[in-house]
Amino acid sequence: MSETRSSEVDAALQNLEPTGEHLEFSSRTPLWVQVVKWGLILLTVAVLGWMAQQVIEAGYWLMVSLIGFIAVCVIAVYATRRAIPAKYLFPGVLLMLLLQIWPLLYTVQISFTNFGDGHISTKEEAVASIVSNSVREVEGSSRYALNIAVPEGTDVATGDLAYLLTDAEGTYYVGTIDGLEELPADGVEAGPTGRIISAPGWTALTPQQVNDRSDDLADFGVPVFDDAGEQTAGIRQVGLSEAFIGTPTRVYDEEADTITDTVTGTVYVAEDANFVPQDGEGAALPQGWREFVGFENYTDAFTNPTLREGLTKVFVWNVFFAAFTVVATFLLGMAIALLMNDERLKGKGVYRSILILPYALPIYVTALVWASMFNQDFGLINNLFGLDINWLGSAWWARIAVLITNLWLGFPYWFIVCTGALQAIPSDVKEAAAIDGAGAFATVRRVIMPLLLVAVGPLMIASFAFNFNNFGLIWLLTEGGPFVGGQSSIGSTDLLITLAYRLALGGAAPNFGFASAISVIIFFLVATISYFGFTRTAALEDVN
Amino acid sequence: MTSPQDPTSSTLGSVDAHGSDQARGGRLGTASADVYTVTRKSRRASFRAVWWRHALALLALAFALFPIIFIVSSAFNNAGTLSTSGLLPTRFGLRNFDALFNDAARPYWTWYKNSLIICGVATVATLVLGAAAAYAFSRLRWTGRRFGLLFILLVQMFPALLAFVALYITFATVGEVIPQIGLNTLWGLLLVYLGGAMGANIWLFKGYFDTIPKELDEAAKIDGASHARVFFTIILPLVTPILATVGILAFVGLWGEFLLASIFLTDAENQTLAVGLYATRNADQNRYFGQFVAGALLASLPVVLVYLSLQRLLIGGMTAGSVK
Repeated sequence: MSETRSSEVDAALQNLEPTGEHLEFSSRTPLWVQVVKWGLILLTVAVLGWMAQQVIEAGYWLMVSLIGFIAVCVIAVYATRRAIPAKYLFPGVLLMLLLQIWPLLYTVQISFTNFGDGHISTKEEAVASIVSNSVREVEGSSRYALNIAVPEGTDVATGDLAYLLTDAEGTYYVGTIDGLEELPADGVEAGPTGRIISAPGWTALTPQQVNDRSDDLADFGVPVFDDAGEQTAGIRQVGLSEAFIGTPTRVYDEEADTITDTVTGTVYVAEDANFVPQDGEGAALPQGWREFVGFENYTDAFTNPTLREGLTKVFVWNVFFAAFTVVATFLLGMAIALLMNDERLKGKGVYRSILILPYALPIYVTALVWASMFNQDFGLINNLFGLDINWLGSAWWARIAVLITNLWLGFPYWFIVCTGALQAIPSDVKEAAAIDGAGAFATVRRVIMPLLLVAVGPLMIASFAFNFNNFGLIWLLTEGGPFVGGQSSIGSTDLLITLAYRLALGGAAPNFGFASAISVIIFFLVATISYFGFTRTAALEDVN
Repeated sequence: MTSPQDPTSSTLGSVDAHGSDQARGGRLGTASADVYTVTRKSRRASFRAVWWRHALALLALAFALFPIIFIVSSAFNNAGTLSTSGLLPTRFGLRNFDALFNDAARPYWTWYKNSLIICGVATVATLVLGAAAAYAFSRLRWTGRRFGLLFILLVQMFPALLAFVALYITFATVGEVIPQIGLNTLWGLLLVYLGGAMGANIWLFKGYFDTIPKELDEAAKIDGASHARVFFTIILPLVTPILATVGILAFVGLWGEFLLASIFLTDAENQTLAVGLYATRNADQNRYFGQFVAGALLASLPVVLVYLSLQRLLIGGMTAGSVK
């Protein structure tokens, strides 16, 4: 490799010789380069301008100023001759700030909140939802034709709900948690009853999708405000295609921070991000809000007895899984590399091409195919060896299945790395060992292994860190399961990362705050282990 | 590096690691008449010395290959269920592929196209952003250079997948304002992949850039070349090996990415191969197995071909960090 590179360098040097015709660096930039450069600048600014317009319409002023700032930066960096390093770094740094550092900081921030099921919205939104939910129909008032929708581009299963409404006069409205707005008739398609079938900017839900979101819809209502901004009424659905307007029976008192139910007379007070009855009798109102909870998620993880027991088990398995994987794949890969490290052996190229295949297959193919092979009734493993093991159904067999699969997946990597490293070990070291009377095994153990470990130590730590968070393998192979002993949230092969995933997005009651806290804990664990690992390999190097 | 790959200067001339200390026959030949017999003998002798290596290597091959044989034979198994699949296809045929290509609920070629778009664009961006940043770190001098490099490395310690909650919530919000890059869009997922595009390979890039002699660009600058011209016409052609290595590693890595893709892409027509095939198999583990495995076989082909044809390049790239 080094030779080819130096020949390239020579060639380039020759290109620069004074006699060569390549030496025509005119100080003027060619026209087409200028055109391309300014074209790209203008295109970027145009795209940012378009984005700014969208954001202005939605009223996110912080985002508007962010986009404006980016546009100014683009012009300052690329339209002037100054700040040359910035010209090379700006796009990469911008993407890193927005999509690596911001999510990182946001994760930490979420981990200090109770963000999750029942605590999604702000307090104002929660109050508005409670009030508009308590609406009772006023006798004789007219009804709206109703369709249910989410904003275009959002997920129908999670997007913010909205009512598409048509009143008796045939005027179209959109009702969201923020209030009622008139909908321009352009592009709106309505049925014979005036019910909106489709409207630009909105995705109407199918009856099936509406049914899937019935829990969300039960808490949903559209507040109606008077000119002073006070909520006077609310709109609620009746069945799938009608909605009524009515007055709320629950009233919020801003001064006292309480909600009073005018029908039952119960007074609810704000406590722990929920409204609970003042006299302590009865259930809290379902709509809570998100708020700062300090270290509660972290202390929960370490003190809550059921959580602590489950988490300890997951943690021990997680460390064992990563450590065993690294050691086993390394040993097998090294053994095969030593086996092939004999120049009398013919066909090494063919062997290597075939041995590399497990590593070359995409992880989802490997994991899913192995999951099928471990099937108790029809799987290849049981058929081939005449076994009847419930591989993925019992805790210990599932763990063994995971380890076998990862051994198969990972050994080619170490085979390749060790083959390269073995070739770099000078032959005189081995000769010296032979002269000193070391046998084959002693030479490997005392001479080759230590040299190899120094060379591949950092890669072993990287491999450990990767496997510590090997979400793909576990999720595709076992989904963290099996879930034994009535335990439904913590599985036998769960890693911390799969557990966090299930807590945040897997179940009916997402807990973003706690999942983020686990992410932060994982980060500190991996960082600590890597730090000690790296200082240890540095120590190894000194010995050498 | 002092040509470690050169076999003649290599380790095995005298005593190899496993103690087989037989002299190599070929070198003992003295009279030219003896050469032929000696070589034949030595061949036989060397086969006697290495047959056990072949035997063990075949064992390793069997371990590496049996799941792959299972994939291939199941894909061509006409019965198409898991219960009828084995190491050898019982009813050879292409019915699984027919089912795969004609399933309206599971648009396989759309997934393939989505995967190609996402991985292709992200790979190109990785190369452009990474090479540009490496040029700034390796060639230009500016305050904060060392700090910047260390900071980028530190950020890489926190993999994007750990921040999935924050990414999910952020993109859910962004999607309300700019639906084109929100959840359930290819461009949103692509943006997430681009977050680490510059940082992930900066170390590999910078190390390689540093090996290109400085004299080259200094000479060009004296002759009046601008920084941009030095970058595009002198440096970039010289670093193509590392561009190729990083490009392949990035493409292959993204091709197999599952977590973020599964969070972002919920509609069938927006999914990548990873998410789509996962859903196909989970729809019914027994019935759709043939269809799934046929799709998996086709999905593996590009990466397997890349690995096999560019083995040397990749092995060089993977061991670059290890061999000192």
